Amino acid sequence: MAVITPRQRTGWGTANLVVIALALLPVFWLVSLSFKTPAAILDPSLWPAQWTWGNYSGILRSSQFLRPLVNSIGIGIISTIIAVLFASMAAYAVARLAFPGKRVLVGLALLIAMFPQIALVTPMFTIERSLGLFNTWFGLIIPYVAFGLPLGIYTLSAFFREIPWELEKAAKMDGATPFQAFIRVIAPLAAPGMVTTAILVFLICWSDFLLAISFTSTISSRTAPAAMEYFSGGSVFTVPTGPIAAAAVVITIPIIIFVLFFQRRIVAGLTSGAVKG
Amino acid sequence: MSTTTPAVTTETAGGGPAKRAKKPPLSEGAKAERRLGLLLITPAVIVMLAVTAYPVIYAIFLSLERYNLELPQDVKIIGFANYAAVLSSSYWWTALEVTVIITVISVSITLVLGMLLAQVLHRTLFARGLVRTVSLIPYGIVTVAAAYSWQYAWTPGQGYLAALFNNNAPLTSQAQAIAVIIIAEIWKTTPFMGLLLLAGLSLVPEDLQKAARVDGATAWQRFTKITLPLMKPAILVALLFRTLDSFRIFDNIFILTNGNNGTASVSTLGYDNLFNALNLGIGSTISILIFICVAIIATIFILGFGTAAPGSDNLDRR
Repeated sequence: MAVITPRQRTGWGTANLVVIALALLPVFWLVSLSFKTPAAILDPSLWPAQWTWGNYSGILRSSQFLRPLVNSIGIGIISTIIAVLFASMAAYAVARLAFPGKRVLVGLALLIAMFPQIALVTPMFTIERSLGLFNTWFGLIIPYVAFGLPLGIYTLSAFFREIPWELEKAAKMDGATPFQAFIRVIAPLAAPGMVTTAILVFLICWSDFLLAISFTSTISSRTAPAAMEYFSGGSVFTVPTGPIAAAAVVITIPIIIFVLFFQRRIVAGLTSGAVKG
Repeated sequence: MSTTTPAVTTETAGGGPAKRAKKPPLSEGAKAERRLGLLLITPAVIVMLAVTAYPVIYAIFLSLERYNLELPQDVKIIGFANYAAVLSSSYWWTALEVTVIITVISVSITLVLGMLLAQVLHRTLFARGLVRTVSLIPYGIVTVAAAYSWQYAWTPGQGYLAALFNNNAPLTSQAQAIAVIIIAEIWKTTPFMGLLLLAGLSLVPEDLQKAARVDGATAWQRFTKITLPLMKPAILVALLFRTLDSFRIFDNIFILTNGNNGTASVSTLGYDNLFNALNLGIGSTISILIFICVAIIATIFILGFGTAAPGSDNLDRR
């Protein structure tokens, strides 16, 4: 590819445009629907003839959406913090320490990453009901932490391996215990990796639907993706298309922000393993 | 995002620059290191086991019982009768068939499109950041949000796609609905596949490509003889995780068709049995059967990996 002909330039440029258009079309359709007036909702054109904020002000005034949105944010943040904390500890051990059972841990994490969540739903539903966790924040946080951990352990141990070993040795020579070496030396250096991991884990929690509809029954703990199912229209005969589209756009906004600001990190985190694999 | 967890699990196969310190046979320091290692992994292991191992074992027990939430007084151990009931039911086999069809078609097409996307991202000279950012949106978007977009797009009299196709109602016929579900899956997962393959692609040495070009190899020959073989590990990893992920498809089907008109997947079938039929015994049986299917798929792939399997001996090399 040393010499680029104008034709190649046009070719790749067109390919780029096709990729962008295909990636954005369904998102744009949601945005368009969310700004359409109830009268125009059945108009299949991609560009609303008349723009209205009505759908947004409607859902943002309704506890049917606001409360689940708060739940989504709260459950997502708490799960992410716990998962990143536990994953950092485990990843440090995997990357830096010699101990028996390392392979079992890696295997367990791999198994859980591939785990069919539906296989958990029936037994977890029963367990959560008997423990009083059903329809609570923690009823979702616990499984979210568990499913965030494998990703966290793999991503973070990849990042931890890149950290210069010598610094930790130096800290130990200066009399630090391995634990102090971890907290004082490695953890600050690992911060970028931890941010990446936190984003990826948060996205897992934010997008989950199966567990959210299975382990909640009211808006007190239902998350936003699960709540959209329960939106009601103006009457029993109207489908709440506009409000659902607006809610879908609202829950997409954080993702767009993450993608815009952390594009490099997300790509690095997702592919940190595959590159070397 | 449940659909994306696996990306990084390939990591252990990598060789980091760091070398593990040579361990002297269990000195005080080594013992302390062992203790710390075990201590540090304990919370993660407890949570992971509590949420997976324990429920799975519990599900095995439940699957051997007659247990309907509507008839709580009628709980009884009935051995393998639930398995006989599920395995002789056409619902299970239809759902399995639908799941396999969706998985095979969507993963194959995603592999091809992902390879094209990886090439575009790899070769693009300008706006690379923009293209990457935009292609991350389908990956990151909440599946449910995207599923609503597709649903409305295909609704006759309302959607832009339905309008293109004469306003027939694709979501009400089995074959067409499955096609719509597959399109939604492909749109959502191609960027992920593309990024994983791009990572593999960047490992293919440019010099090798140049040398082949000098020797007169066509672009296609270079792709099949150089790029593909060198990317094999990356492709296998991406395929394994996409396949397992696709096999547990739930969100798209739930929103698009709710499993109606013969479009139920094994996951939506399991969900229905629990929350509509309230049958814990049958629901658990389906859970265990899905678990077995996933184990079979994973085993097949891992045999295909050979020594490159994630989590194999590479771990001890560094």
